[in-house]
Amino acid sequence: MISGSRGSKQWLLTLPSLAWLGVFFVIPSILVVLTAFRPADLHGGVGAGWTMATIHELRDPAYLPILWRTVWLSGVTTLVCLVLAVPMTFQMARVGPRMRQWLLLLVIIPFLSNFLIRIFAWKSLLHPEGPLTRLLVWLHFISEDAMLLNNVGAVLLVLIYTQLPFAILPLYAAAEKFDFALLDAARDLGAGPWRSFSKVFVPGVRRGLVSAAVMVFVCSVGQYVIPQMVGGASDEMLGNKIAQRVFSDRNLPHASALAGGLMLAVLVPMLVVSIWQRFGRKEAS
Amino acid sequence: MKRSWIPSLITLGVVLFLFAPLVVLVANSFNASRFGGEWEGFTLNWYEKLWAAGEVWESLWITLKIAVSASLAAMVLGTLAAYALHRFRSWLQNVHHTLITLPLVMPDILMGISLLALFVLTGIETGLLTIWIAHVTFCLSFVTMVVLGRLQDFDFTLIDAARDLGATRAMAVKKVLLPLLLPGVLAGGLLAFTLSIDDYVITFFVSGPGTTTLPLRVASMMRTSRSLPMINALSTLLIASTFVLAVLSSRLQRRA
Repeated sequence: MISGSRGSKQWLLTLPSLAWLGVFFVIPSILVVLTAFRPADLHGGVGAGWTMATIHELRDPAYLPILWRTVWLSGVTTLVCLVLAVPMTFQMARVGPRMRQWLLLLVIIPFLSNFLIRIFAWKSLLHPEGPLTRLLVWLHFISEDAMLLNNVGAVLLVLIYTQLPFAILPLYAAAEKFDFALLDAARDLGAGPWRSFSKVFVPGVRRGLVSAAVMVFVCSVGQYVIPQMVGGASDEMLGNKIAQRVFSDRNLPHASALAGGLMLAVLVPMLVVSIWQRFGRKEAS
Repeated sequence: MKRSWIPSLITLGVVLFLFAPLVVLVANSFNASRFGGEWEGFTLNWYEKLWAAGEVWESLWITLKIAVSASLAAMVLGTLAAYALHRFRSWLQNVHHTLITLPLVMPDILMGISLLALFVLTGIETGLLTIWIAHVTFCLSFVTMVVLGRLQDFDFTLIDAARDLGATRAMAVKKVLLPLLLPGVLAGGLLAFTLSIDDYVITFFVSGPGTTTLPLRVASMMRTSRSLPMINALSTLLIASTFVLAVLSSRLQRRA
């Protein structure tokens, strides 16, 4: 048990951040869910009383393709990011400390560069008059009138681009702790490079792999700026609908209902992972 | 032992992929061509135009005010939180830890809309204050994680040694713990600062009239084709400052 003075000291140190997050994170999240059951007023606010009408509106079949697109775009983004990040972090953990610091810096700089600017950069790269289009036309990979911008491929590409550091950083943290002598042992026992990579290294960084996957999926699922800026009219994700309901329709309850759905899409995979990890830990000990 | 060249190739590819768009931006900022399709000669024209664009500098000033004050608040709250998380093991800290990590995995749009709902329902006018609150909220978790990482390397017997040598508890904290913790706190603060300067989505939800931060300004510039080359120039300056901040922060974290 905690003694009196120690207990009060603990509370004193914990209270500031706990109270801040309670007021500005927990309460707002609950409010969003509650707002979904309130009627909208005409000024973009929330009316009096309670209603189930908004929840019924969500059964609009127009939402299904958007939901599906949100899920598959996030899924494919997660997969591609992992496939690129695992060998990259494997390499980062093998090179010398100086090179390693440089590689880490090279990942962090684009990651910390302004998000809008990175999307803008892709917009100018993929522009019909832009350098990439010209290069590909010159190489005869695409025809003169091909459009690289405003389609679902562009959305996917920029999603991967912006989410890749979210996969690399947690995987690097795991790969750094990996004992590379295990690979030598596997080789000595006759495993080839691919076998020792896939059967020894990949299971060895399992935890990093899981947190990278959760991180990328969760961050992709909530995107709306990328489809808005490099996608076409039919490439919207759930986030676009939420933003439209807030800013164009000024219907906060409807936006909140959609946000509640998105919250579920985020919390369910996290819950599954945390249960899996707790279970896995018990198994290991 | 023979090493496969595939991982190195992928690493090279990823680094090129990450940097190609940034390189194109920087190159275009010096390109006389308006659309940047072809190189039409070196120019500083876009930088001169940017220099004369008063509204951009006004936005930068607003952004800096928010970023400095929000990261300072997040540094204080985050350091206390990290210390509590490291020092105590209890149900309270389990709850605390969950609360600190949840915002890290919450999509921006959800944080934006929840804070907007809070401000709408409590009748708080959106503006500078609401942006500041939002920024402190999402920076807090990041600062806590960085400082916590630092604390895990901290040798707490140093405190006992200071106490044995006659230091009071307050003196030991002030003369031993804080100086050794400072690089971690500063690195966390720098991260918070960059995140705050960068944020578009959450800010967009909780901003009001007259609080156009730099990312909001960039977004509105992107809608008018006349100002597109100016964005290239602005981006180059921002990427350069990110580079400086990132190098600074990695130096701070390495210094043991």
